[in-house]
Amino acid sequence: MPDTLRPDLAIIADHVAPGSRVLDVGCGDGALMAALRDHAHVDARGIEIDAANVATAVARGLSVVQGDADVDLAGYPSGAFDYAILSQTLQTARAPDRVLEELLRIGRRAFVSFPNFAYWRVRMSLLWGGRMPVTRTLPEAWYATPNIHHVTIDDFRAFLKERGIVTEGAWFLSGDRLTSAAAANFRADHAVFLIRRSA
Amino acid sequence: MEHDERFGHARSVTLPGPLALDGGQSLAPVTIAYETYGTLNADRSNAVLVCHALTGDQHVASIHPTTGKPGWWTRMVGPGQPIDPARHFIVCANVLGSCMGSSGPAMAAADGLPFAMRFPVITIRDMVRAQAMLLDHLGVGTITAVGGSMGGMQVLEWAATYPTRVRSAVVIASAARHSAQNIAFHEVGRQAIMADPKWRGGDYYASDDPPAAGLAVARMAAHITYLSEAGLTEKFGRRLQKREAVGFGFDADFQVESYLRHQGISFVDRFDANSYLYITRAMDYFDLAEEHGGLLANAFRQTATRFCLVSFDTDWLYPTRESRSIVQALNAAGAAASFVELSSPFGHDAFLLDVPQLNRVVDGFLRAGGL
Repeated sequence: MPDTLRPDLAIIADHVAPGSRVLDVGCGDGALMAALRDHAHVDARGIEIDAANVATAVARGLSVVQGDADVDLAGYPSGAFDYAILSQTLQTARAPDRVLEELLRIGRRAFVSFPNFAYWRVRMSLLWGGRMPVTRTLPEAWYATPNIHHVTIDDFRAFLKERGIVTEGAWFLSGDRLTSAAAANFRADHAVFLIRRSA
Repeated sequence: MEHDERFGHARSVTLPGPLALDGGQSLAPVTIAYETYGTLNADRSNAVLVCHALTGDQHVASIHPTTGKPGWWTRMVGPGQPIDPARHFIVCANVLGSCMGSSGPAMAAADGLPFAMRFPVITIRDMVRAQAMLLDHLGVGTITAVGGSMGGMQVLEWAATYPTRVRSAVVIASAARHSAQNIAFHEVGRQAIMADPKWRGGDYYASDDPPAAGLAVARMAAHITYLSEAGLTEKFGRRLQKREAVGFGFDADFQVESYLRHQGISFVDRFDANSYLYITRAMDYFDLAEEHGGLLANAFRQTATRFCLVSFDTDWLYPTRESRSIVQALNAAGAAASFVELSSPFGHDAFLLDVPQLNRVVDGFLRAGGL
């Protein structure tokens, strides 16, 4: 895989089975899809809300449709993909729980990556600064951020447990470096989960 | 191939047919006027069929014989453009029912007189079947099909009717069916033609006095639907035409009136009123889902065709939601589909105009398909 990929995308790319079918929800300009296509012969499809990103992705030869994860997943048949991927998009959804259910309906497995709102720098910013945090993984001010449903790693784990969703893998990143699962809710600035429906 | 009479500009072929039509009649022989650009490669993999819109023609990238103007899509087709004769073998055929040399109401029937209203009512699928006959004649097997507006309808119909022949499909500013509003505007145009006393039930060819006023009004009404309100406001506003004040009469006081009148008058020089009736009818009858048991996804089951759809944010004739419903059907069918809504001030006409993003998207899509 090219080492120019964002770290969470690199983790996903490294764990997608070669030759599989993938739907990348919120695919941006298609960087992950292109890497999967070029290095793992993956049949990748994408959804992206931003027209300029879609144009870039299509111009690089990817099958990407302009759409919104909150409304446009319903048209996809169940089990149509080996993996559905939702990278750094969960926290921007109007109904993230419904998006996750759709993800697990369309894909046999799903990769989900998100910034961890319980990261210690975020906690410090709120605790000592009393201000909404602006960090490397949460770079926008409160009025400009697309992140409307902030979530922590422990929130996400609890959600999976509550819905009976199986975790097949989890990776925690701090400053682009893998960090251990222990105290990840405090130490990791973002997380990647590989999940599936229980059989 | 240089000496093959089948290839080049201003070509025409009369095929024996018969062509069985959706309306139940058949057409024999079938004449198709067309142009080709570039050279078909050895493995016949570089053919691009360009499908034209309602009032378009085969002169996609060559000088129009009547108007003397450049081809209607030189922004997309030509040297250095996404569809390039240096790399592609490009075919553009005048649709069935039109008036630029293909079989249509203006053409002579077996009795030597123009068909006029005796010409059978045709459909988009009939147009596509005629194009398939032409491609057989040219020795072209698989194609990439590209078109905007009614051209996009033909591309969709191509993919549904000949799925194994279409490698890639580009559908711009189009729809899988004509809406009530689309039909309504077309009906205004048809009634304007038929209300012109010179229409004479369609039998005006001998008179050399066609229903120009009716056809011009039809074109004026249609032309409004090709533009956006913001585009009209920006281009004309309420500005007056070569005068300081309104004339308290019914001359073209406003620039927009003068512009529309010009659009209408110049159109009648190059288009046949009966053809306008027939082609608008074909578009109104178009409903790809209906042809496939009421479910659009059925039109694309098992398809291996790659699709690229583009809509424009100011196009209210074939708005983005029409493209989006096609994309949903393609997703449901598991087809490889791309779709983007591009921003342009030009309304429906944007597909013919300078929208650099459109060329970028089409170029990338075609190249990714090995073209």
